[in-house]
Amino acid sequence: MALPGIVYFIIFSYLPMGGLIMAFQDYKPKKGILGSPFVGLKNFTDFFSSIFFGRTVRNTLAISFLELVITFPVTIIFALLLNEVKNNKFKRTVQTISYMPYFISMVVVAGIIIDFCSTRGPIAQLVSLFTGQTQNLLSVPGYWRPIYIISGLWQGLGFGSIIYLAALSGIDQELYEAAVIDGANRWKQTLYVTIPGISPTIIMMLILKIGSMMSVGYEKTILLYNPQIYETADIISSYVYRKGLQEFNYGYSTAVNLFNSVINFILLLVANKISKKYTENSLF
Amino acid sequence: MVQRRSFSRLIFEIFNTLFFLLVIAACLIPVIHVIFASFSEPSWVMKQSGVILYIKGFNVEGYKLIFQNRNLVSGYLNTFFYVVATTVLGLLLTVLTAYVVSRKNLLWSNAIMFFISFTMLFNGGMISTYILVTKGLHLYDNRWAVILPACLNGFYIILVRTAMQSIPDELEESAMIDGANRLVILFKIILPLLKATLATVVLYYVIFQWNSWFQASIYLRSRSKFPLQLILKEILVTGDVTSTANTVNASDYSGDLVMYKQLIKYCTIVVSTVPLFIFYPFVQKYFEKGVMIGAIKG
Repeated sequence: MALPGIVYFIIFSYLPMGGLIMAFQDYKPKKGILGSPFVGLKNFTDFFSSIFFGRTVRNTLAISFLELVITFPVTIIFALLLNEVKNNKFKRTVQTISYMPYFISMVVVAGIIIDFCSTRGPIAQLVSLFTGQTQNLLSVPGYWRPIYIISGLWQGLGFGSIIYLAALSGIDQELYEAAVIDGANRWKQTLYVTIPGISPTIIMMLILKIGSMMSVGYEKTILLYNPQIYETADIISSYVYRKGLQEFNYGYSTAVNLFNSVINFILLLVANKISKKYTENSLF
Repeated sequence: MVQRRSFSRLIFEIFNTLFFLLVIAACLIPVIHVIFASFSEPSWVMKQSGVILYIKGFNVEGYKLIFQNRNLVSGYLNTFFYVVATTVLGLLLTVLTAYVVSRKNLLWSNAIMFFISFTMLFNGGMISTYILVTKGLHLYDNRWAVILPACLNGFYIILVRTAMQSIPDELEESAMIDGANRLVILFKIILPLLKATLATVVLYYVIFQWNSWFQASIYLRSRSKFPLQLILKEILVTGDVTSTANTVNASDYSGDLVMYKQLIKYCTIVVSTVPLFIFYPFVQKYFEKGVMIGAIKG
């Protein structure tokens, strides 16, 4: 009964892993993987010596880093504040509405971003009040990262808080009662009961986040970027897409892809190891 | 002292409520802007430079236009087909595989679990998969290229397997004594007990395929096979960046092309997103459940 499933994984997961051989080849579709000549590490050295290496790695890490220092804590604060809302009806309403943007497709979100950031769009107008310049924000390299991070918050803040809200609801209420008897005010309760209560979840999410520092999804980037802002917007995955599927440079883009996958894999293993050591949770 | 504390609490609660009202506004304003703009006079919308908070000159001209667009209608139908096919096939494969790996007496069970879990940690990547689907399986410009790669996912198997393991073995043993075979046990006894988990998985499939455009954009060439999101991408994204793609037959409106393009954008966003919003409140709790199960596993 598991046979179809096993066969599926062999075809759709393990065969493509075998296809990574292309990274060491000058792959030609006509000759196929078996017939294309091997070129050793040429694809890799080409990548490392191109200007795209530094740029894409830097941009990928910059986005990850901003998510780590902005999106990550803001999500936790959001959950903590929502937990303080005592009116259940209001709380449910906030939850329902703030989760909603998560389900809007990336294409539509990109469409809205383009519209709002275009010269006449509300956001571009708002920015022009401070800078005095009216321009299409998506054509200015300096605005790319704020756009990426803020739109990510808009889309994922509510949804990202679910996991912390679940952890918060799991905290034993007696701990709060005990704290009140000991004379702790709300702020102290938060500091000494609430935060320790959800810290396993926080640490786990933090480790997962660090483990995925080098893997930033390509969808939003390839929908929104353009050559004018490659300088800040181009990330490893969008570069692989451009080289491989738009310029048909298969061997080279597979090499870039493999380089990225290997680093991701190592980061994930390290993160998991640390997680195992310091918390009871681990991924595998 | 007591008085003071409750006073600071009051201040906090006011600010907290204001904060969440602000969050609600931030979540809703872009949506409201788009909906109101789609029903308003396009020439008026063009002149607006802020957020649109009311409807001016109510009309449905844009909606009439987009429903004349054959691509959009076929996109809807295609998406519907992709969603149903992926969900049915994917769920069937997931359930069968999960059932086998949930059995305690399974031979090589650790090896099989590793075989499945490893696919979640490492993969061949975009290019390799593309070569496999197009050159290996010869599925270029074939609808199956959109459906098959999205069917099975290690995460869903583990999700369903965990739920299956929580069902007491006695239930299965007694059914076996009554002469039921494995398939009957799975479909008549186990699956009905897993409705909530299965609903979660179904939801993941539906949302993924409803929102998916990337696979279609690399594997499909004929516009008659494009899913809704890919058509949307042409209208919303490509139309703006290159301003060459003219996906709507707007020859009658050539004078006001830019204006109508804008209107069409708003209308397509509304038409493509509304089904999800109608569907969403009913399934919200399953999503929360899914996130939680995923977190426990994580």
